[in-house]
Amino acid sequence: MNSNTPSSSAGGPGSADATAPRRNSKRPKYSRFTQQELPACKPILTPKWVISTFLLVSFIFIPIGIVSLFASRDVVEIVHGYETECIPLNSRNDKVGFIQSDQDKTCIRTLTVPKDMSQPIYVYYQLDNFYQNHRRYVRSRSDQQLRSPGNARETGSCSPEDTTVSGTPIVPCGLIAWSLFNDTYHFTSNNGGQIPINKRGISWQSDRERKFGRNVYPSNFQNGTLIGGARLNESIPLSEQEDLIVWMRTAALPTFRKLYGKIEVNLRQGDVINVTLQNNYNTYSFNGRKKLVLSTTSWLGGKNDFVGIAYLTVGGLCFFLAIVFVLIYLIKPRQLGDPSYLSWNRNPGGH
Amino acid sequence: MNQYFLLIACLQLWSLITPVNPASTWGPLIFIFAVSATKEAWDDYNRYLSDKKANEKEVWIVRQGTKNLIQAQDIRVGNLVWLRENDEVPCDLVLLGAADPQGICYVETAALDGETDLKTRLIPPACVGIDFELLHKIKARAHAHAHISTIASCNETKLGMSRGIPEPKLTAVDAMIDKLTGAIFVFQIVVVIVLGIAGNVWKDTEARKLWYVRYPKEGPWYELLVIPLRFELLCSIMIPISIKVSLDLVKSLYAKFIDWDDQMVDLETGIRSHAANTAISEDLGQVEYILTDKTGTLTENKMIFKRCFVSGTFYGNDNGDALTDAELLRAVSSGSTDVIRFLKVMAICNTVIPVQSKNGSISYKAQSQDEEALVRAAARLHMVFVNKNGNFVDIKFNASPIQYEVLDILEFTSDRKRMSIVVKDSQSGKIILLSKGADEAILPHAYTGQQVRTYAEAVEQYAQLGLRTLCLAWRELEDEEYQEWAVMFKEANSSLVDREWRVAEVCQRLEHDFEILGVAAIEDRLQDGVPETIETLRKAGLNFWMLTGDKQNTAIQIALSCNFVSPEPKGQLLMINGKTEDEVCRNLERVLLTMRITSSEPKDVAFVIDGWALEIALKHYRKAFTELAILSRTAICCRVTPSQKAQLVELLKSCDYRTLAIGDGGNDVRMIQQADIGVGISGREGLQAARAADYSIGRVSGTSLFNSVSLMAYNVFYTSVPVLVSVLDKDLSETTVMQHPQILFYCQAGRLLNPSTFAGWFGRSLFHAIVVFLITIHSYAFEKSEMEEVSMVALSGCIWLQAFVVALETNSFTILQHIAIWGNLVGFYVINWIVSALPSSGMYTIMFRLCRQPSYWITMILIVAGGMGPVLALKYFRYTYRSSKINILQQAERLGGPILSLGNIEPQSRSLEKDLSPLSISLPKNRNPVYEPLLSDSPNSTRRSGVPFDFFQSQSRLSSSYSRNCKDN
Repeated sequence: MNSNTPSSSAGGPGSADATAPRRNSKRPKYSRFTQQELPACKPILTPKWVISTFLLVSFIFIPIGIVSLFASRDVVEIVHGYETECIPLNSRNDKVGFIQSDQDKTCIRTLTVPKDMSQPIYVYYQLDNFYQNHRRYVRSRSDQQLRSPGNARETGSCSPEDTTVSGTPIVPCGLIAWSLFNDTYHFTSNNGGQIPINKRGISWQSDRERKFGRNVYPSNFQNGTLIGGARLNESIPLSEQEDLIVWMRTAALPTFRKLYGKIEVNLRQGDVINVTLQNNYNTYSFNGRKKLVLSTTSWLGGKNDFVGIAYLTVGGLCFFLAIVFVLIYLIKPRQLGDPSYLSWNRNPGGH
Repeated sequence: MNQYFLLIACLQLWSLITPVNPASTWGPLIFIFAVSATKEAWDDYNRYLSDKKANEKEVWIVRQGTKNLIQAQDIRVGNLVWLRENDEVPCDLVLLGAADPQGICYVETAALDGETDLKTRLIPPACVGIDFELLHKIKARAHAHAHISTIASCNETKLGMSRGIPEPKLTAVDAMIDKLTGAIFVFQIVVVIVLGIAGNVWKDTEARKLWYVRYPKEGPWYELLVIPLRFELLCSIMIPISIKVSLDLVKSLYAKFIDWDDQMVDLETGIRSHAANTAISEDLGQVEYILTDKTGTLTENKMIFKRCFVSGTFYGNDNGDALTDAELLRAVSSGSTDVIRFLKVMAICNTVIPVQSKNGSISYKAQSQDEEALVRAAARLHMVFVNKNGNFVDIKFNASPIQYEVLDILEFTSDRKRMSIVVKDSQSGKIILLSKGADEAILPHAYTGQQVRTYAEAVEQYAQLGLRTLCLAWRELEDEEYQEWAVMFKEANSSLVDREWRVAEVCQRLEHDFEILGVAAIEDRLQDGVPETIETLRKAGLNFWMLTGDKQNTAIQIALSCNFVSPEPKGQLLMINGKTEDEVCRNLERVLLTMRITSSEPKDVAFVIDGWALEIALKHYRKAFTELAILSRTAICCRVTPSQKAQLVELLKSCDYRTLAIGDGGNDVRMIQQADIGVGISGREGLQAARAADYSIGRVSGTSLFNSVSLMAYNVFYTSVPVLVSVLDKDLSETTVMQHPQILFYCQAGRLLNPSTFAGWFGRSLFHAIVVFLITIHSYAFEKSEMEEVSMVALSGCIWLQAFVVALETNSFTILQHIAIWGNLVGFYVINWIVSALPSSGMYTIMFRLCRQPSYWITMILIVAGGMGPVLALKYFRYTYRSSKINILQQAERLGGPILSLGNIEPQSRSLEKDLSPLSISLPKNRNPVYEPLLSDSPNSTRRSGVPFDFFQSQSRLSSSYSRNCKDN
């Protein structure tokens, strides 16, 4: 190295001076970041803090839970399963055979309104044990094809329902569209008057505007040997085929409801509604069930006690914990940060 | 691990089985490899630059009588190298000629062994003797226009050869992560097999009935494998791809912090600490054994003459410094014969070179620090060594010059333990032998009749003060006796076989019948703060081993003076020595027995072993010695060779201890490489050695803090992994995330990554997974059961929970932490809003819809409360009623209470003082050498997000497997 390096053997009083400039130049630039000295707040779990947190949580949660529960209870819901009832008695041994036959599947059910229902009343169909989330199923669609007429040939992901035998593309392709739900419902009131179902606006607006093309028309749909579900009117563009749009918003769980339409009149308690339905859809092969649901909504959505109950449970639990901690604190106080708890301080022979 | 990811990535390409878009694996994988490749490339480039600098250093070589300047890498065997003063020796060399008329060349070997004294190299009479190699890296100093012939080049140099092959150093965290990864993998395989079988059964019994799925009648032969493999892919998220890279980045960041740390900067020279191996810094907190070199590491290697004992009088006892002792000064001025002789020996009997600078002041270049100390002290006492001119030595006593002719130098060797010089008084013509050496080498050779007992007592007294002692003696020689001897000496010196031994024998013939003049006591100053630091670290449960080439007594004294071992009543030293197997064996067993007995007592027991016995012990009694090594907290190994140092490290490592080796010299290189953590003291010159102790210790204390930080960083990283995995925005979120490790530092409280913490986290993540899952599917049931929405709700739930988990686990919030935690949360929403605004994305409008729904926010709050409530309660309970040492210290610190018992750390000297607060916190973490779950819920979140993911994945990326999952549940 260089000669001004101080070495003990060089001796002399000059060496100290020689190092002075070096020291300064090599000193790292000071910053609080590099020196890890940023101001920090270091909260610790003091009893006061923890107990008040729990109390606060419980005081917030219990009211929310009650409000949610009331909201859910306010929702009036009519759920009517019909998958067995709509099979003629003589066919009940062979439901699958019946549903696949060409027999008339019209079925009439009666519903009684348990409470006043104010419009809009949503009409859903509920399927159980239907795996819309099955891997083969859920990917079997082509969003490009749905969006624009130029992409009719984009059927790569749609197998096995991608093209006809001759190779012309099916629009809309894929298993989801192919298995479109095809039960239909008509409501008449007891006095014979029609209860109209508004089927417009049941799908997401964004889907109608962006995902399903205005000038994409169904073609070759349900033309194969195997017929899945509903057929589509080839003169109506996809963006207006709202049943299809709703159906293609696949469900995450095997039990799901899909919007069928809206009833825009109020129903009175005790009203009897006659439902004329076409029981077309085959859920019998896989022991699926079908339900017709009429429901009002609250600010939280449909009838669902879970949220309210969960809130009450959590709130109650927090309250309970807070009480327990208070008791422990009172019965067995413990000085925080008491050094005498350090094991090495307890060791009598220790340092 | 890398193979694993590669396998996963390849599986992803198989579209039949891949449940998610392959881009979701490949994107991050490519990004991550790009990042790590960039880092490696940068490291390599820097290494290349420094290599290049070393290789291209210009060296003069002599060819056909002319001097040429060539690059160091072009030196070949047989070249003549011409070095100037202060040049670094580029390779192993043999000295052929020097500017000094006597053919003496002085070299400094600080780079090799940390010793800063000059070593003489003579032009060999016949160019034989491997002794004269100037080892690579030695600096040719003083009068050294040496013509040197190259005897080896490049990696064939001794240094190159003794270096050994460095093993890659794996840190404990790495190792643990590897183990845990293995465990996760096994778990994953089990899950995959179970679910795979269930899935296949379900498919055959149920799924074929789902007409809308249209299962083909006949599947390919591998059909059975498809479902398990799919599950494997889903589960692959359990081991985040980013873990390796984030680890690396975090590590290099810590290394940077070490580099940056002000407190580890040597105040005297301004040389900063530098972490060369970026990979191991977080291990510093887990060290259990510290093996340290003595010279230059513990001690400053700066000797100061402190006391002396001349003819029955102790000087310097009163004020601790003989140079200012009035009595001695009086004795000097009054011309007391003994004292004057004593001073003469001090001034002459050495190989020091005085260098007169232009302004007349004299500085000394000495081979040994001891000699320099003596000469300087003599000069202060008016016996000034003025000049050395050829064989003539000029000294000045009270301004009257005296000249001596040096006839012979009987060099110091470690066997003889003394050196002598034969001089002839130029005026009187008397021939005098002047000797100095260790007490055991001088006192027995006193002339019959002289009372050596008082001297022995003086030596004893000084030794107990931790001073190095030298006995000074002289004898007047008869002319004939000398002439006779000189012939023999010359003969011995030029003999080719056993030269060293013969010379020693001849010297022996002259060195007898000494008249003992006195005892000089020299202090080898310890580095500042060494005793305190060692005390602290020992309290922290670190085990210290001192490995030194010094002799036993010195080593023990140093050990005593730096608190290595406690003095008698409290501590006990057990010696293991002996030259034969039997002796060593017996000794070893005795020591072992004592150890076992005393291990329960709060008594410091240390053993001392010398190199010879160590050799035997390692060879024949390895097992017993290993046990001893485990039992004893302190050991002193003296007279050990570099390879023995390395062997010891290996021994400790084989018992699964984390070792840290500190050393500054070339002879420590093996040891440093072998140890889990090597702390090399850079700079290696002169005063900078002074910073050694602070430096290395500072490193340890500074970085044990980081240990937890790295874990925290994983956590945050994982927090963001969902974002990453989530939808389309991998790169974007990844970059934001990459900044988090930097942000999250300075979290105090050490934690250990170990199986039980791991289990704790595993349990917690399982719990959180269940909470998120159940709450989501129940609150988003029926008409709200839309795939994109549900997956987004679950994902947000994970993010929220994780933000709170991190917040709960963070001990110290700086603004950066807030940015990291809450910024992450905000970032999640921002990113998803952006993605939701893109019509082409799958989740178009989803996030906006969700954010408008009160039920979404209600669900989030529910998830957070449901997930965090029990965790907080448990943590609070543990914290307050089952608190670990760390917790208590934290509490004490925050409440401003006394940090008590650490009080004894407080009297620490300078730079360490600043380290105090972190030190006090980091202390307990090292207390127990075994992996004790100090904080079993440490933020090792390896699994944290694992479970949520595996379900989340299935959920967001749909597919039957998920629903089967539920079904199976």
